[in-house]
Amino acid sequence: MRNKLATQPLFKLSVPGRRGAVFPDSDVPQRPLDELLPAEQLATSPPELPELTEPDVIRHFVNLSTLNMSVDANFYPLGSCTMKYNPKRHERLAGLTGLVDLHPYQSEDRSQGMLQLLFEMQQMLAEIAGLPAVSLQPAAGAQGEFTALLVAAAYFRERGEERTQVLFPSSAHGTNPASAALAGFECVQMDKSKNGLVDLDALASHLSEKTAVFMITNPNTLGLFEPDIAKISQMLHDVGGLVYVDGANMNAILGVTRPGDFGGDMMHYNVHKTFTGPHGAGGPGAGPIAVRDFLADYLPGPVVTKRAGGVNPPVDSGEDETYHLTTPTKSIGRMRTFFGNVGILVRGYCYLKTLGAQGLRDVSDNAVLNANYLMAKVADILPTEQGKLCMHEFVATARILKQERGISAMDIAKRLLDFGFHAPTVYFPLVVAEAMMIEPTETESKETLDHFAETLHRIVEEDSEFLHLAPHEAPVSRPDEVTAARKPVVKWMSQK
Amino acid sequence: MTYLFNTPEQQRQMLDVIGVGSIDDLYSDIPQDLRLQRSLDLSPPLTEIELQAHLSELAGQDDGAGSRVCMQGGGAYDHFVPAAVDEIVGRGEFYTAYTPYQAEASQGSLQAFFEFQTLICRLTGMDVSNASLYEGGTAVSEAVFMAMRVTRRHGKVVVLGSVHPEYRQILTTYLTRLNCELVEVPTPDGTADLDRVADALDDQTACLVVQHPNFFGLLEQAEQLSNLAHKCGALSIVSFDPISLGLLKRPGDYGVDIAVAEGQPLGIPLQYGGPLLGILTCREKFIRKMPGRLIGQTTDRNGKTCYVLNLQAREQHIRRDKATSNICTNQGLLALRATVYLSLLGKAGLREVSELCCRKAHYAAEQLTNIDGIELMFDRPFFKEFTLRCQGGTENIRKKAAAAGFDLGPELTSFANFSGMNDANDGLLVAVTETRTRDEIDRLVDVLKK
Repeated sequence: MRNKLATQPLFKLSVPGRRGAVFPDSDVPQRPLDELLPAEQLATSPPELPELTEPDVIRHFVNLSTLNMSVDANFYPLGSCTMKYNPKRHERLAGLTGLVDLHPYQSEDRSQGMLQLLFEMQQMLAEIAGLPAVSLQPAAGAQGEFTALLVAAAYFRERGEERTQVLFPSSAHGTNPASAALAGFECVQMDKSKNGLVDLDALASHLSEKTAVFMITNPNTLGLFEPDIAKISQMLHDVGGLVYVDGANMNAILGVTRPGDFGGDMMHYNVHKTFTGPHGAGGPGAGPIAVRDFLADYLPGPVVTKRAGGVNPPVDSGEDETYHLTTPTKSIGRMRTFFGNVGILVRGYCYLKTLGAQGLRDVSDNAVLNANYLMAKVADILPTEQGKLCMHEFVATARILKQERGISAMDIAKRLLDFGFHAPTVYFPLVVAEAMMIEPTETESKETLDHFAETLHRIVEEDSEFLHLAPHEAPVSRPDEVTAARKPVVKWMSQK
Repeated sequence: MTYLFNTPEQQRQMLDVIGVGSIDDLYSDIPQDLRLQRSLDLSPPLTEIELQAHLSELAGQDDGAGSRVCMQGGGAYDHFVPAAVDEIVGRGEFYTAYTPYQAEASQGSLQAFFEFQTLICRLTGMDVSNASLYEGGTAVSEAVFMAMRVTRRHGKVVVLGSVHPEYRQILTTYLTRLNCELVEVPTPDGTADLDRVADALDDQTACLVVQHPNFFGLLEQAEQLSNLAHKCGALSIVSFDPISLGLLKRPGDYGVDIAVAEGQPLGIPLQYGGPLLGILTCREKFIRKMPGRLIGQTTDRNGKTCYVLNLQAREQHIRRDKATSNICTNQGLLALRATVYLSLLGKAGLREVSELCCRKAHYAAEQLTNIDGIELMFDRPFFKEFTLRCQGGTENIRKKAAAAGFDLGPELTSFANFSGMNDANDGLLVAVTETRTRDEIDRLVDVLKK
């Protein structure tokens, strides 16, 4: 069924003289180009882009798309990534004229609808976080982390405190230490944990007047809620430090508990995860942050504010309240151009407006139910070593299968592809051997989960040699990544 | 809610398998006193019909480019987006997939991103492109960090005052906590003075950051600037406009070390400024110092050509605090837009768009400066965007045009950081893309003459 001709590299499909887009003839007086631009700045010929017709291009990319697994087509239990269904209405509404075609420098009086939407988004995210001040600027979760750490640094600096260390557990996402390093902090990783949770004694031993921020993912990357989180936060606050909550796992606790209520001072959201971004084969995301009121003045600008009275000139809407872009008084500055990843924020806004409070609570209830159900269904072959129950995801281990039968987490992951399932996240978090991090999300049915569990049971009965060679039915199997890294080929070259 | 599956009966069955009595029991690790004792204070849920009405009402209050004559610039432009681009990125197989960690399940995206890298290399004449960064501003900062790693000079960075003021603000923020001096070379004449730049550079400088065409729309002496950087062992970083490369020399042709861009002109809608596309390219020898994802070609166990995430050892999920960047989620879907856009345009199409922008911008500048009180702020070559000096300030002009349906700007007064420029208050940017017509330009001139 696959059209192998069409999926050849674009550059091989190119035929001199073909066109995929033509533009109107110039309707202004035709002056020689070298009158307009200095001759020495002009290229001798245009870049060697491929020459294709529109049908060439469509057929190429449509056929390529069929080589992907996706949430629309497959169960995609990629732990930590919250691969939930992406409602189609969001795509239509984000494409409305007035939203999709609004220039970032359009004047405030001509963008009141967008500003209202973004203002309400700030409000909703503040309420869900239990933290009052929000910046929508960060482009993704990692940038949210970096932004919040700069906010913390500015806060300490103004207080005249020299705090140099950022702490995190060994189960932290890689972005945590990477962001801390970028923000000029010394990274302190706590290697000791207690049943997958923060070890309070170990934490105490790391805390000092040098402690700036403790970065914690809660629920953590093992899918466990830190029951001592209030105590942990108190310990940080007692030494004058701040608590940062990595919000990657917010899908478990919407309307159940809030980072601000369990002691968090700052957090980021991953709008593409929790609020159905979608993920776009790698991005875009949006990583807004929420902080306590004493940190609000340091947020990057602009943020949207509401005030009484019209914009200048007054909008003809009869409303008394208008929306404005403002930069907080002690702002750390700007993290990116323009306002933020607005297209993703619009989708998140649609999602929150569709669900409301009860809908959000239902999301977490069913995400947690699905994860626990699946954990129970596979516990006999892929046990979870930490915790009897989990939140929205669990980390199973293939350690015993590996020891006894030579079947690795990677083997199972690859074989799942043959059955039409995307693989879980494997070998993360680093603290679990042969880790398989499984996050079903709430938008999967019991039937799908049962089928997935049955498939796993079937796979672990298969011959290990056969599994080492999996997948068997995917377009390709076990790419040679070592050679790829040793001799990188990162662009297409003619074979001639 | 239509996105959930479990019926009450199924929930019961599932709870039995788990061995607990209720969903609430699943939250037993969350101490009672930390639980929210009320419902979230959010507005009531909307059905699809209600939501569409609400969003339409909000969108209806905005003046988007689609219903106006958009001549706004400053880093985001109203270029034409062919329908085929929307069609491809609208496929769920692309937009509902994620980072291609499992190569076997992601060959479609991986090959598309590999083609993106190739197209960008051909566009720029550079050796290597990564698979995207957030947007053009952070791409500059990432390039600067990369230059520090390459040169092992961490103490000083030189940037031209003609670089987008927001790019410079971002760089200032990114460098806040690092002990690095950010030296800005003022450009009161619109473009860099080579002697002043030479004076600012020294053997401690990691890099020189140039935008070409620059924020004012003007062409810099990019090649000479690049040479100046090299003379003192610094890297040359150039932020370019991808559309300009249909006409102008490519960064790879004049010795640039790291070329970055805002990729928005390549088939990406304005969306109030995001999501956009950060492009970062460099010379081959710096490949292991690059930030962000990189797709590589290899073979599978059967010898078949295929694509993988390559050199992941640079990245945060492997290298953690020693990573070349903290970026994880990137702008994959926007990179796909650019890939489809460049595939459709081909070399002839890109050349046409580039020429149309340039010709129409020059016509517009000529006509607008026939109006009393309006002149070009800088008498320098420009590409598709230019800066008007409006006697008596820019606000009247901008508002008069806006009232008639023409959007101009941004005004230079929106940005506080033009050092050495006394007359920034009178500066108004105007951008002209291939979508504008002579008739529109003539009508704008009539409006402003009245």
